[in-house]
Amino acid sequence: MATFQFEVVTQERTVVLADVEHVLLPGEDGKFGVLAGHLPIMAALTIGVLEFGPLQGKRRKIALGGGFMEMNNNRLTVMANTAELAENIDVLRARQAKERAEQRIAGQKADVDFSRAKLALRKALLRLEVANNE
Amino acid sequence: MAESSREIKRRIASITSTQQITKAMEMVAAAKLRKAQETVVNTRPYYERIATSLNTVLDGVKQGGEELPEIAQAREGEGHCLLVLTSDRGLAGGYNAAIIREAEAFLRKYPKTDMVIVGRKARDHFRRRGQTFLAEFVNMGDNPSARQGQDIGQVIMDFYAHGLFDKVTILYTKFINTVTYEVTLREVLPITDQLKDIKKDGPIPIYIFEPSINAVLEALIPLYLHTAVYQALTEAKASELGARMNAMRNATDNAGELIQELNLTYNRARQAQITKEIAEIVGGADALQS
Repeated sequence: MATFQFEVVTQERTVVLADVEHVLLPGEDGKFGVLAGHLPIMAALTIGVLEFGPLQGKRRKIALGGGFMEMNNNRLTVMANTAELAENIDVLRARQAKERAEQRIAGQKADVDFSRAKLALRKALLRLEVANNE
Repeated sequence: MAESSREIKRRIASITSTQQITKAMEMVAAAKLRKAQETVVNTRPYYERIATSLNTVLDGVKQGGEELPEIAQAREGEGHCLLVLTSDRGLAGGYNAAIIREAEAFLRKYPKTDMVIVGRKARDHFRRRGQTFLAEFVNMGDNPSARQGQDIGQVIMDFYAHGLFDKVTILYTKFINTVTYEVTLREVLPITDQLKDIKKDGPIPIYIFEPSINAVLEALIPLYLHTAVYQALTEAKASELGARMNAMRNATDNAGELIQELNLTYNRARQAQITKEIAEIVGGADALQS
């Protein structure tokens, strides 16, 4: 299978730089896959799992905190708000973040930003899911 | 004479200990600066890439004859938002004063300005003057994180989306090298104004936008703002550490000069004392002999 260059960058660092056959991305309207030779595309990404690697066999996963992707010239770049490789996720921290977010939502206090707490919960759950599937 | 030479000695001791402190602060700033400098260099390409992508999308909108989403449109109003980046700590020479001076000038020029403030220095300054501001961020530490950029950017984005102001400008210092920084005003919102200077290499290919061009823009604009804030934070931090390092180096050098001068005065006083004592002894011996 033909490969293409795949890169995930956050503002602080490059998370992944690899040649891959296939990437599965969490688009706003659902997951979509990209293979080598795709036409130039830009897409908004949501919070979700990003998978990449060979079409068949062992694939790696990233917990993606939303962002944006661009493919051009057989080069796919994901500019992420946050991105963590499954093997780098701190499960303990993710669990704490989940509990904290749950408490905030349950508390229903006036000074709590409800939508933000929900977002934090979604991210924490995603990190746990990605880490546990590893 | 004995009294004053003791005093000089005490002054020398006190200046020496000050010199040791400034020397240590200089070295601490230098060590932190190295790291901050690296961060600045690493952040710049990401920002440029976002800006290029944003440009491509805006171009796509124009070609497709579509209308920009509300968030990307320029507004008629004259309400400004100024994000002022200063440091939490002083002893950095004229660093904070230069930024605050620029902020005051901006406020005079655009009286309809709301401020968002980063750093204790600007906060304390404007608080003393009874100036109000929309939000403040203090105790940011020495390593600006993307998270901080996101938090600040999000606050501004929310205010902007609610129409509190029509234009957003970041006031920070651009890091040039360890001795130079440049107080900079950068307009970041609305989006259309500042992308003209980004160069395009070759014709832009026709992109597919998923799920829609507006959805892509709506994802990209906050990311752009967060990155602009984060980049400004890193540049400001590097400038601040550079300014502190230089201020402390100057202080150390000054202390060295002072010590040298005082040593000279001290030795001169000591010698005068000895000469005087010898003269007295000789005078006493003469008196006994005659």
